[in-house]
Amino acid sequence: MHRFANPARFTRLADRVLPFVAAGALVCLGIGLYLALFVAPPDYQQGESVRIMYVHVPSAWMAMFVYVAIAVASAVALVWRHPLADLAAKASAPIGAGFAFLTLATGSLWGRPMWGTWWEWDGRLTSMLILFFLYLGHIALMNAFEDQQRGYRAAAVLALVGVINIPIIKFSVDWWSTLHQPASVLRLDGPTIHPSMLWPLLITALGFKLYYLALVLLRIKSELIAARLRALDLAKLKAT
Amino acid sequence: MKGFLLIVGRDLRLALRQSADAWLAVLFFVLTGALFPFGIGPDASLLKVIAPGIIWVVALLAVLLSLERLFLADYEDGSLEQLLLSPLPLELAILGKVLAHWLTTGLPLIAAAPVLAVLFNMDMAGLGTLLLAMLLGTPVLSLIGAIGAALTLGARRGGVLIPLLVLPLYIPALIFGVGATDSALAGLSARPDLLLLGAVLLVMLVVTPLAGAAALRQALE
Amino acid sequence: MTEIAAFFDMGGYAAFVWPSLGLTLVIMLGLVVQTVGQLRQRQRRLAELEAEGAQRARRRPVAAAGPQT
Repeated sequence: MHRFANPARFTRLADRVLPFVAAGALVCLGIGLYLALFVAPPDYQQGESVRIMYVHVPSAWMAMFVYVAIAVASAVALVWRHPLADLAAKASAPIGAGFAFLTLATGSLWGRPMWGTWWEWDGRLTSMLILFFLYLGHIALMNAFEDQQRGYRAAAVLALVGVINIPIIKFSVDWWSTLHQPASVLRLDGPTIHPSMLWPLLITALGFKLYYLALVLLRIKSELIAARLRALDLAKLKAT
Repeated sequence: MKGFLLIVGRDLRLALRQSADAWLAVLFFVLTGALFPFGIGPDASLLKVIAPGIIWVVALLAVLLSLERLFLADYEDGSLEQLLLSPLPLELAILGKVLAHWLTTGLPLIAAAPVLAVLFNMDMAGLGTLLLAMLLGTPVLSLIGAIGAALTLGARRGGVLIPLLVLPLYIPALIFGVGATDSALAGLSARPDLLLLGAVLLVMLVVTPLAGAAALRQALE
Repeated sequence: MTEIAAFFDMGGYAAFVWPSLGLTLVIMLGLVVQTVGQLRQRQRRLAELEAEGAQRARRRPVAAAGPQT
């Protein structure tokens, strides 16, 4: 378990896989973008505006995926005290918040022509807004302590409480939105999606995943250096 | 069990000695609630409709006000460390502190809720359900709030941080609490909402001691 | 020419499609730039501190031999 806890070993490993992951992300995003813009057909109901889906839906998937990743990393950090898990959680949170924000912004831009409003208190959009707030709380708590170790621990506990609460929040928001408004005329994801739209979506989503992987490796590497800097600063302080 | 009661008793005695705090929360609750008609206008039919929502949101904010003190005094004077060393499981001690917090903030808010209901001209047929929903919902607010209070011990700007952590987690309690009252006012059964609110309460009764104990242990490490 | 114009027009949804893609690009690139910038800055600082540390380590025996410290 602690085999990769060695910073030097992790950095070596990260440096070795990073070029491949980054190249894979670029290729997937390039192909996905090409397919989404030039190959995928316009929707028979939504016309060309459906192309927003190819960034909106992968962003939404990533926003949820990254939160689960943080929760898993937090559990590993709390149970096994694995130092890299702390760093992974800290490195992931801003990326997840970015994806949650993107989901909200592109959802709003898609909602304007489709619903006629920039914001609809639709169950899914509302849940994403709450997820975005959970990310902000996590980031704020992570950085609220003088002692970084306490930030790691507190944020890990918060992430686990959050992940237990997310299904409850999701259910309550669905309950609430069906109570207060009729179901949306347009379902954003129909039960059947034509392969000519599915493939661009899946390839873009894979590109987003690889992008996250590459970025999180870089950020962990950066956090390792930051931890080393803190230790050096402390040693210097003691020496004087 | 004896230790648990000791904690509740001690916190209650402390709260009674500083009973101004509990009064302030109630005052805040009524005062903030009374601001809404000034913002919205004295339209009785509109106020009547939004009354349950306003009462719940304001109750939520009033609870938020009192959260920072939940563990802070014990943290600063070292009695939290005593608690950690005592034979009573920390999880139970946390439940005791939450119970004391609810008795000194949640319960007074429930007692003050009819005042706001009258001010908002709410249909009194829904008052019983409102109070019942608050009886189930305000403990949830104390329980989730305790996690936030424990996590932010010793943090920079801890007091500002708590709302950011706690408010998103309050949303289910708010939804089911208002839902129950709205259903009763519409002549529908409030049962589903109340049962869901009870389910949330049960979940948090398990989650809070575990998460709170983890948070307090790391705060005192 | 008209084909290109039609492509950029996005069936009348240009004002919504292009900002969506643009914003995605800005945020994803922004995160990369921030990450790489922070990494570079930290690497630089680490190099400085290590150089300093190495210097001090070399000087220390001399200082210890002196009457003070």
